[in-house]
Amino acid sequence: MLNAPNDAMGVETATLASAPRRAGLSEAARRRWFLAVLLGPTAVIVLAVVAFPFVYNVAISFSNMNIYTLRDWELIGLDQYAAVFREPAFWSVFLKTIVWTVVCVAFHVGLGVLLAVLLHQSFVKGKSAWRVLLIIPWAVPQYITALTWRGEFNFEFGAVNLLIEGLGGSAISWLSDPFTAFVAAIITNVWLGFPFMMVIALGGLQSIPRELYEAAEVDGASAWTQFRTITAPLLRPVMIPAVTLGTIWTFNNINVVWLVSNGGEPNDQTHILVSYVYEAAF
Amino acid sequence: MKTVLSRVGSYATLALFVFIAVFPISRILTISLRPSDQLLSRSLAVIPDGATLDNYRQLLTETPFLRWLGNSLLVAGVVTITGVALASTAGYALSRHRFTGRKAALSGILVTQMFPATMLLLPLYIVLIELGLINSYIGIVIIYSATALPFCVWQMKGYYDTIPASLEEAARIDGATPWQAFYKVILPLAAPALVITALFSFMSAWNEYVVAAVVLQEVEMFTMPVGLKLFQGSMSSQWGLYAAGSLLVSLPVIALFLVLSRYLISGLTLGAVKG
Repeated sequence: MLNAPNDAMGVETATLASAPRRAGLSEAARRRWFLAVLLGPTAVIVLAVVAFPFVYNVAISFSNMNIYTLRDWELIGLDQYAAVFREPAFWSVFLKTIVWTVVCVAFHVGLGVLLAVLLHQSFVKGKSAWRVLLIIPWAVPQYITALTWRGEFNFEFGAVNLLIEGLGGSAISWLSDPFTAFVAAIITNVWLGFPFMMVIALGGLQSIPRELYEAAEVDGASAWTQFRTITAPLLRPVMIPAVTLGTIWTFNNINVVWLVSNGGEPNDQTHILVSYVYEAAF
Repeated sequence: MKTVLSRVGSYATLALFVFIAVFPISRILTISLRPSDQLLSRSLAVIPDGATLDNYRQLLTETPFLRWLGNSLLVAGVVTITGVALASTAGYALSRHRFTGRKAALSGILVTQMFPATMLLLPLYIVLIELGLINSYIGIVIIYSATALPFCVWQMKGYYDTIPASLEEAARIDGATPWQAFYKVILPLAAPALVITALFSFMSAWNEYVVAAVVLQEVEMFTMPVGLKLFQGSMSSQWGLYAAGSLLVSLPVIALFLVLSRYLISGLTLGAVKG
């Protein structure tokens, strides 16, 4: 999958490499140097910051390291894993993480595609203005989004409750109940995440030829049938990489959960795996 | 009739979501304009009664806001330069050259996306202590660069893939070295992707809270996110300062983002389709 578009390039690279040689180094050696200069620094930084800690984590996960044995820990096998799985909190956090990821990504993709399809209709005027306004949640720094939404979920003064009361409902004490605090975090994350999917879907829609819809129109297909038989299948290849990335990002998104719940409040009930790990470590 | 209904429905849905998208920002504006005796107000008016710029004045003169701004600009600036320099070269190598380990590198890039910096933070923290880099920007800049790089490299590689290799070939026939062919011919053509890479590197450093909160320990050294959280922690008294600060920090980023959003669609989608 990764190389497919590039296969022709292999041949051309070979031609490149046979250019006239300069003094000293052989062709292959000079190419190796060139590649090393291009790739080296990136590889070093990424390996140092990502790969080393990962290996380290795996190593200490099999060890008896704790605050007393920070320097001279030794390997003790699978006990730590057994301890984690015996910990009741682990399973509830694990479950919450799954719910969090599935619900958030479903809303991101659902809303993103819906808005992209609406925006892409030929009669819509001022497309770029709409698009710019709808992208705003993506542009706001995430921590500001999270802290602001936390303020707006305030029981007495937050806009969410003021709006609910304005519409005739009764105020909800969002942040003091584990369930509603979790819902508040999900709402916040859905808000900041749908524009990304919308932008990707818009890009995908632009590559679908209009003639397909015109033909469907002639055949009398309804808007829903057109979406199901033309838009959805042709959008899928564009959306799949985005959904994969989105899932990973959401699964790992500590900012929102941590800042909306102010570090897991109430009672460390509002955690997904990353924030749980962060809490446990620091 | 049916088409009229569907048009009205489309516009109404779009308008609803624009409202949802803009409303929280307008609330920040409102709160930042409130006089300090009315911070806790139940009013939903966009421009509050007795609107004042007092919070902004206090923010700029009586708090370390400008200091934090400078810190954040420094960190994000260095990360941006590093990100662009490294991603443009590494992406080029991955796009144009076959070599042992290329496939492994490409899937490795995706794998790194699965480890959040948070999960790696404890080991990194220990390493930073050992190296004496706690409370310094060097550690943070390296961590931010490494977090932003995989996505940027991926993005650059996707864009280079769309530029025909015959261009370098022609340059080489005219006597250019591989290096010259790269930076004189290909790099200028990849400008849109470079813009996106710069934007992403900048934003990832500008917006990061969790790592900074652990590594930076003196108020003087704080970057913007950690500093603003300080205001929000004591919510009753400094909610207005927080709002004013958030707005000042967000507006340039939002503006930049919106100006570059046309690149975003082509840049991201090309990368995605190619991926």
